[in-house]
Amino acid sequence: MTTTTPAAPSALLPLPTTAARAATTTGAALALIGTFLAWTYTDTFPGDLTVTGYPGGLQVLTLISAALTLLFALSGYGIKGLRWLTPGGTNSPTRLLALGTLVTTLYTVIAVIVTKDDNGNLLGLIELEPGAWTSLAGAIVATVASLGLPNDQPLDDTTTPNALNRFLGSLRAPAPARAKALPSWAEILIIAGAFGVALEVFTYGIDTEYAELFIGYVIAVAFGFTALTRAGLIARITALTSKHRNVTLCAALVAAFCFPFTQQNEEYALIGANILIFATVALGLNVVVGLAGLLDLGYVAFLGVGAYAAALVSGSPLSPVGVQFPFWAAVLTGAAASLVFGVVIGAPTLRLRGDYLAIVTLGFGEIFRLTVNALNGVSGPDLTNGSQGIPSIPDLKLLGFDFGISHDIGGFTLGRSANYYLLMLVFTAVVVLVFRRSGESRIGRAWVAIREDETAATAMGINAFRLKLLAFALGATLAGLAGTVQAHVSYTVTPEQYQFAGSVPPNSAFLLAAVILGGMGTLSGPLVGAALLYLIPAKLQFMQDYQLFLFGIALILLMRFRPEGLVADRRKQLEFHETGQLDVPPDTPLTDTAAGTTKAGA
Amino acid sequence: MTTMTKTDTPTTGTTVLDASGVTMRFGGLTAVRGVDLTVNAGEIVGLIGPNGAGKTTFFNCLTGLYVPTEGKVSYKGTVLPPKPHLVTQAGIARTFQNIRLFANMTVLENVLVGRHTRTKEGLWSALLRLPGYKKAENASRERCMELLEFIGLADKADHLARNLPYGDQRKLEIARALASDPGLLLLDEPTAGMNPQETRVTEELIFAIRDQGIAVLVIEHDMRFIFNLCDRVAVLVQGEKLVEGTAPVVQGDERVVAAYLGTPFEGAPGAEEAAEVEAAEASAASTGKADATATADKAQAPATTDDTDTTRTEEEDTR
Repeated sequence: MTTTTPAAPSALLPLPTTAARAATTTGAALALIGTFLAWTYTDTFPGDLTVTGYPGGLQVLTLISAALTLLFALSGYGIKGLRWLTPGGTNSPTRLLALGTLVTTLYTVIAVIVTKDDNGNLLGLIELEPGAWTSLAGAIVATVASLGLPNDQPLDDTTTPNALNRFLGSLRAPAPARAKALPSWAEILIIAGAFGVALEVFTYGIDTEYAELFIGYVIAVAFGFTALTRAGLIARITALTSKHRNVTLCAALVAAFCFPFTQQNEEYALIGANILIFATVALGLNVVVGLAGLLDLGYVAFLGVGAYAAALVSGSPLSPVGVQFPFWAAVLTGAAASLVFGVVIGAPTLRLRGDYLAIVTLGFGEIFRLTVNALNGVSGPDLTNGSQGIPSIPDLKLLGFDFGISHDIGGFTLGRSANYYLLMLVFTAVVVLVFRRSGESRIGRAWVAIREDETAATAMGINAFRLKLLAFALGATLAGLAGTVQAHVSYTVTPEQYQFAGSVPPNSAFLLAAVILGGMGTLSGPLVGAALLYLIPAKLQFMQDYQLFLFGIALILLMRFRPEGLVADRRKQLEFHETGQLDVPPDTPLTDTAAGTTKAGA
Repeated sequence: MTTMTKTDTPTTGTTVLDASGVTMRFGGLTAVRGVDLTVNAGEIVGLIGPNGAGKTTFFNCLTGLYVPTEGKVSYKGTVLPPKPHLVTQAGIARTFQNIRLFANMTVLENVLVGRHTRTKEGLWSALLRLPGYKKAENASRERCMELLEFIGLADKADHLARNLPYGDQRKLEIARALASDPGLLLLDEPTAGMNPQETRVTEELIFAIRDQGIAVLVIEHDMRFIFNLCDRVAVLVQGEKLVEGTAPVVQGDERVVAAYLGTPFEGAPGAEEAAEVEAAEASAASTGKADATATADKAQAPATTDDTDTTRTEEEDTR
């Protein structure tokens, strides 16, 4: 295959491979060393970049990127202990990481240059200390040299070899061969480690205190994740997680449980709690959209029904229903109200198919909001206080545990939001369980069958209307469950929280986007999608006005380049990329990678 | 095979399907007009007719996809409700003319969906993992693998249905239909688009299904296939049943031939033409004689040579 033309190791830049590899390594090391020096002398730039010997803020991102580049570059030498890093491509991840280091560093440097000093003057380049120049130079050297490393995969014959295609081709890498089976304790340990790293990365993102750091974080993570994918590590982890699914679920649960203990800041714990609520509702929607294929554009109404039901019986002094139910009863009330609402809306609308269903559900979602608005005692009976909503919902007390105040547990302080986060986590776990078990059962298969071909499904003896109603009702109930907690977390429920589209995430458009962006019909997809969709706008406050615009662009790009969503269902992956049968374990790439590594080592 | 238990009963004579006076109108168009058809246990019955004769509409009336305007359909003595899923539950399974598999489900999952009516586990059972759940699920899987074995797709159980070759997709559709343990199987053009070898294999498969005690009603355009396979053949022309009977009876019926090829005009212009051709060919070459007589014969429409001819015209029509 590739070995037929040994004379021309297809690299982007015509450098000798040995020299390129050495230069990459040196450049990465240089960038690494640079982060230990001061980058600027102004302390107006957020995060302290003025200290020598102690990297802080954006320097840490460069440091980590550079360190990873160094590791992968060394792995390219075939050093024994590092070879597990690159089961897929070797040079393409190095290139990506070097590029990531460069972009992160460059972004930092530009952000420093455009920072004004205390007197409001733009100082420009002189704000930079030698450390910044060192790292930048190192990153540039590493990037340029890494372009001289040979490609992991030969270019497609079909693509025209212009500069862009050749560059993109150099970033491609073959899929990894199947891993040797490790003892199961080792595999479980790897899964646990991976989730630990994921938790660390995630909390770092939530803890970013200023927009510059968050943008740098997003850049570094995007390049880093792509590099790990190209290196084949993500595929290896995915193989492990699909092998030990229960262990993975437990590990994810433990990692999620640990999250509030890493947060001292109340604000960030609240972001965590809201992400969980958003993700749980998105997962509920995934039953309706992902499994049964019913496009529901008014789903947030069910969250609203649950929240309103819980708020009404919460004992709020302003609740027109002056009762206080214990929490378990409030949860049941919320879920039951959503269930009834779901059946009432579903029974007439589910006789429609496709686009018509979408329009009707959209209408019902708005009807909910308008009705709640109208039940204010003036234009209707006083049930919901109209647009004022139900404020001052009291905090929960469960078994003597007051959710409203901070608790010290084992040296960690858990604030109000952290308490609710942990409560919500229980609900999320329940919804995850419901999604997984129903999806794998006879009922779940019938849902997928209806999604695929309703006529054929009915001809197989499936009562399509009943099952669609079941999916609709189940989805509504799950949203209602989340709503009961949401009412308490946000103190107040108002009709404006439950719109079709708005700038604050739990609304129908964002929920649907989380499902589609994450991956329809998958368990982890909506969770990932919801986390991203909540975190990014919450962190980038300054782009609040452009949020929907950027969001639209992101969706278009995603649908163009990865229509199956971030987390691809095996089915979906096959549906959108007809590259033959992926079910069959790939045997042929084994020789391919072997050739690749020998060539790379030469 | 578990379905072997059913072979105890097929005393050829018990009526499995009894459709009487089935009429289907779409506005002013009568697609099926007063069709009677019975299928007995252990029988393979064929349904043929030119394109647009109303065969598939009749199928849809039988399976509840359409509610017949008039007439009734009963299965083993009970009148069928006009809902597809209830018809399947009663024991009639079908395949579709244009393959309608669940393309993005695996082969095994497709067959498991076919088991839907024969399993009872509801949502609660799945969510709480009630005691019977695992057992029932395993039993279904076992039965479905058995069916895949029978149909010859067991080694492809984990493939996506959309990735199967065409012939296998047709087979899978039959397996999926069989999964509902039917007493009557309706096949809508099971060999459309198949080559002669595949057709023969399908033929064997249908005989094997019949031997399990399942009655089969099959629509097909491949006359050789139909006449090899079927105990009885019914001919549907313009929504009405023209003839019904054994293969030789149908083949010999002039009205059937007329329906496919058209009626010769008065004064037989066909014979005239044949004479012209004969004369032309006689002058051109003396060896053309035999062919010319064959063309002349065709005007008289002998049944045997016509099989191939009719299929060809049908294929051209469908294109």
